[in-house]
Amino acid sequence: MFNPMIWRLIWQATGETLYMVGVAVVLAELVGLPLGIILVTTERGHILESPALNRVLATVINIGRSVPFIILMVAIIPFTRKVVGTSIGTTAAMVPLTVAAIPFVARLVETALKEVDGGVVEAALAIGASPFQIIWKVLIPEALPSLVLGLTITAVNLIGYSAMAGAVGGGGLGDLAVRYGYQRFRTDIMLLTVIILIVLVQAMQMLGDWAANRMSKK
Amino acid sequence: MIEIRHLTKIYTDGQRETRALDDVSLKVEPGEIFGIIGLSGAGKSTLVRCINMLERPQEGTVLVNGIDMTALDNRELRAARQRIGMIFQHFNLLSSRTVFGNVAFPLEITGVPKGETKERVLELLHLVGLEDKASSYPAQLSGGQKQRVGIARALANRPQVLLCDEATSALDPETTTAVLDLLQDINRKMGLTILLITHEMPVIQQVCDRVAVIENGQIVEHGPVLEVFTAPKTGEARRLVRGVIEIDIPEDLLQRHSNNGDSILLKISFIGASAGKPIMADLMQRYPVLVNILFGRIDHIKDTPFGTLVVELSGKSAALNEATEYLARQDLQVEVLRDV
Ligand SMILES: Nc1ncnc2c1ncn2[C@@H]1O[C@H](COP(=O)(O)OP(=O)(O)OP(=O)(O)O)[C@@H](O)[C@H]1O
Ligand SMILES: [Mg+2]
Repeated sequence: MFNPMIWRLIWQATGETLYMVGVAVVLAELVGLPLGIILVTTERGHILESPALNRVLATVINIGRSVPFIILMVAIIPFTRKVVGTSIGTTAAMVPLTVAAIPFVARLVETALKEVDGGVVEAALAIGASPFQIIWKVLIPEALPSLVLGLTITAVNLIGYSAMAGAVGGGGLGDLAVRYGYQRFRTDIMLLTVIILIVLVQAMQMLGDWAANRMSKK
Repeated sequence: MIEIRHLTKIYTDGQRETRALDDVSLKVEPGEIFGIIGLSGAGKSTLVRCINMLERPQEGTVLVNGIDMTALDNRELRAARQRIGMIFQHFNLLSSRTVFGNVAFPLEITGVPKGETKERVLELLHLVGLEDKASSYPAQLSGGQKQRVGIARALANRPQVLLCDEATSALDPETTTAVLDLLQDINRKMGLTILLITHEMPVIQQVCDRVAVIENGQIVEHGPVLEVFTAPKTGEARRLVRGVIEIDIPEDLLQRHSNNGDSILLKISFIGASAGKPIMADLMQRYPVLVNILFGRIDHIKDTPFGTLVVELSGKSAALNEATEYLARQDLQVEVLRDV
């Protein structure tokens, strides 16, 4: 159906998408996880109660979440250039993807940690655990299945965003779909990229569900 | 062991203020099982939570083993908490850890080496009878088993004091008895001081040495369990005791025996040793009276038998008086329910 060159292109684009999403997920978790933890633990009555910090952080995160990705992508071009030296290509696309995912991750982490039974935290306090120990030994392990599901949602969302980033020169499957499928009227290539995206999303969701399920001891 | 002085805790919820504890003073002696009983909302949980500063009181001091808990900084407080065990109504186990992992948790917190931890955890699981459940997760356990894990976890760091907040309230009566037996066993073996909060009088009756009755954030009555049970002074204590050991004599019984001219109705309570004496036989030998037993039961308060008897004595009025006086001279509590 396709000549080898097209296959190679598809193969390469799939790799780029996974690379973009993979790196962005890791970076976003790296920043978003601590933010989510701070968001929960600085709440009133929690282990690191600090209403002022909590309010500021919540506001910043909400602002971050309300900017549409397309606008964010364009708006932070100067920042992107500063960080990776260029504003086009796969590596450049990772910057807005990461920035967009951070507040998203923070909120998902917050939701996951809030599901942890307050009684368990109380028991840890009564035992004499420090806030740090409670975060590492109680909150995160207890919320792990939910955190993994949140990670899955983030990855799935970023696949969608990455296609958007591709459309403005970021490489990956979205880029391929636009250049070949749309601009050169190769509906078959367009279709194939969509199928690959569907398969990727399905696979990730299944993997995430499976992992979360295995971790849950409830 | 625990000394609470003039403790006051006020919760502020917007405009509304709740005086959950109002000038509470209390002393728990080393090695005893002390119970605090009160209805829902009386302030029981607030009181235990103020002991390890899970809740900060506005006024008053709490001394645990001589240490003023209200004066500690965060680091000192954590160290002090490691020496105070606590168990909860809903167990509060870590669902992501096995039974072993849960009991090992406090040892991890205090930094006990791995090998020593393993030894200690197995020892504790043996103590609570859960050796075979070491690798189970809390979700796979029954309520009673979960509380046993909670107890093992609370004892891990060899505390001097164990705080129990409604530790048996989520359990059925049989499991409650088993858990209480375990607590009593631990109290005897290790000399652990136990402060136990409950709204169930039978819990107090089964294990406590002394009890305090709390109502609207105030201790209204306290003393040895036997005393509070047999001679409650306040309305609140009477209300709590009623139905557990205090008997309500059926109305028809009183009615049926109300028209015999030469008889009286007595309620006789006997505690401990006197429960074993053949007092009624004695009575009939000494005085020309007939004894008709209408009602009788023996309860136990911790290990002390406590009996109640309702009898009808019939005979000449002089003999009845002498007999009643004789009974009163014995180690008995005699209450005349109906006179001649
Ligand atoms: N965090 C809180 N904020 C506001 N009010 C509270 C709080 N905790 C308890 N209270 C109030 O303080 C009073 C005492 O509550 P506490 O939980 O100590 O009662 P309790 O005797 O343990 O009751 P129960 O048997 O239902 O557990 C109640 O009126 C309760 O509504
Ligand atoms: Mg309570």
